[in-house]
Amino acid sequence: MEPIVVQNIFKQFGNVSALHDISFTVAPGELFGLIGPDGAGKSTLFRILATLLLADKGKAMVNGLDVVKDYRAIRRQVGYMPGKFSLYQDLTVEENLHFFATIFNTTIKENYDLIRDIYEQIAPFKTRPAGKLSGGMKQKLALCCALVHKPSVLFLDEPTTGVDPVSRKEFWDMLQRLKEKNIPILVSTPYMDEATLCDRVALMQNGAIMQIDTPSTIVSQFRTKIWAIKSNDMYRLIRDLRAHPEVQSCFAFGEFLHVTMTADPEEVRSSLTTGGHTGLVIQPANAGIEDVFMSLMQAQTQAV
Amino acid sequence: MRTIFFILQKEFLQIFRNKSMLPIIFVVPVVQLLVLAFATNYEIRNLSIDIVDHDGGNWSQQLKGKLLSSGYFTLNRQTTDKAAFDDLEANTADLILTIPRHFEQDLVRGNEAKVQLLVNAINGSKAGLAAGYAQSILGDFNRRIRMEWLALDEDDAPSHFDTSFRYWFNPGLNYKFFMVPGILVVLVTLIGGFLSGMNIVKEKEMGTIEQLNVTPIRKFHFIVGKLLPFWIIALFELAFGLTVGKLVFNLPFAGSLGWIFLFAAVYLLVMLGLGLLISTFTETQQQAMFITWFFLIICILMSGLFTPIESMPGWAQKITQFNPVAYFVKVIRMVMLKGSGWADIRQYLVIMIAFAAVLNAVAVWNYRKTA
Repeated sequence: MEPIVVQNIFKQFGNVSALHDISFTVAPGELFGLIGPDGAGKSTLFRILATLLLADKGKAMVNGLDVVKDYRAIRRQVGYMPGKFSLYQDLTVEENLHFFATIFNTTIKENYDLIRDIYEQIAPFKTRPAGKLSGGMKQKLALCCALVHKPSVLFLDEPTTGVDPVSRKEFWDMLQRLKEKNIPILVSTPYMDEATLCDRVALMQNGAIMQIDTPSTIVSQFRTKIWAIKSNDMYRLIRDLRAHPEVQSCFAFGEFLHVTMTADPEEVRSSLTTGGHTGLVIQPANAGIEDVFMSLMQAQTQAV
Repeated sequence: MRTIFFILQKEFLQIFRNKSMLPIIFVVPVVQLLVLAFATNYEIRNLSIDIVDHDGGNWSQQLKGKLLSSGYFTLNRQTTDKAAFDDLEANTADLILTIPRHFEQDLVRGNEAKVQLLVNAINGSKAGLAAGYAQSILGDFNRRIRMEWLALDEDDAPSHFDTSFRYWFNPGLNYKFFMVPGILVVLVTLIGGFLSGMNIVKEKEMGTIEQLNVTPIRKFHFIVGKLLPFWIIALFELAFGLTVGKLVFNLPFAGSLGWIFLFAAVYLLVMLGLGLLISTFTETQQQAMFITWFFLIICILMSGLFTPIESMPGWAQKITQFNPVAYFVKVIRMVMLKGSGWADIRQYLVIMIAFAAVLNAVAVWNYRKTA
């Protein structure tokens, strides 16, 4: 049985279509990522799956239970970490964990195996109010609280947003370890680099899923050649390239611009040199998830 | 049941960790009782009076002496018409007594003399009392003159009757006995109405409700768990306030405390229901506070605490029939001053139970709809 099944979900907020025909499934023990910018509809989808919001149309099942009919049973079985920190800021680390354990009718001790790795990292601060923790610590505590009742499915809504790079990496390491315990995890993130850490990802934009696959397949299927270009005047370079008739897309990517074009790169080089650019470097680049995302996003925007 | 217990445990932990909560529980009642009980004073003393004496005779001296020795009036200054009126305008005098020229002469010859009393009526109730006191003193003076004039002693005087009266239930007319129970009602109302609603809205405002909702906690658990602490705290406050009232003001307890607490217990259900109802259509503690304030200020001002309900216009009296605060003010005074028991408060208790049932039903219904 697939732990998470989403079938043709639609959700409208006034005139805004927050979710448009969303379908996917998450396999047992899979780490599934929803990748997309703010406003893509990721949190809305989480709230529907966590039984907090009703979809307008479509069906969703968690552990074979319907999110509308069997919401009560689902609430016992899932661990949910909302996008906004939602623990009691005036209670200490220990008290928060204790509270969430008790309302699930269990104890910290009973499921300590599951949270040990994570809890040990925040244990030195266990008497500190949750509101006084750093961003990374807060997320670790929230993950502990979501795990303390031994959920059979985990929903993590942007767990690494607003967290420093080191803590982000630690957080993903923890997710990998949880995966080994065979808990299916649905996680969302606006960071493209985190997409490669998932088993499969769904690229989301404007309430619709643009592509679902493993990160490596997504990248390898991307046939368009990417060129990395830089010069001494990056700002003018972006403008000139975007104005160039044969350039299809041009986005900043670290110190380079990632460019797709129909013309020969040497042709572009000569036109840029005559345009007065110095220190020009043009080299082929490997496409990343971000390049795929940008190109899909551009295609979607043009279609609309 | 276990779930409710865990929520209660968490709530008390949070309430007592809140730095403003302990002062609210222990300092506010003492300050309210000590400050308000003395400040909401309806006895008017030390009214300042200007006397314009155009006569200056023996009788006018006696009249002045009688007024000033009554304890109600202190002489601001004895002056001229013009200056006295200026004092009235400048608010330095509350009233002016003008004794006309030939006062004594008129009294002797014509058997009739006139004095004029001008009262500053910016503060209506103060003016009413000032005029009342002055009139009764002048009336008394008048009677004495007539007796002296006719050279009669009390027994031979023309037949008249003396009214003797006694203030039942509060013989010394100690307004504190009357005010302090009312102030306690306000205190209980604030805790029940304000804090409970804000406590629920806080979960929405902080986003914690998002996490709580994805747990086995049922709405019923949540509501009871969030409201019950304030029911307990408010009853504790009442006991604390009554103790302070007994120690500081020597409040009379004519009736049984049991009735007061029974009534308070039901009354608090009404207030908690109000708080819950308000929490269902507000998103932040600030919104909840403003809306609660709007309702409570009306309820408290129209409760008969500061001004008697009987002197309100008819339509306002009808509104007070829907004001739970008015019932509690009435009952706590009845029980404490008059010693009323079950037979007297029964009807009010029934009304209160009806209020609690209706308000909580609407609140829970609305809560289901919105949450």
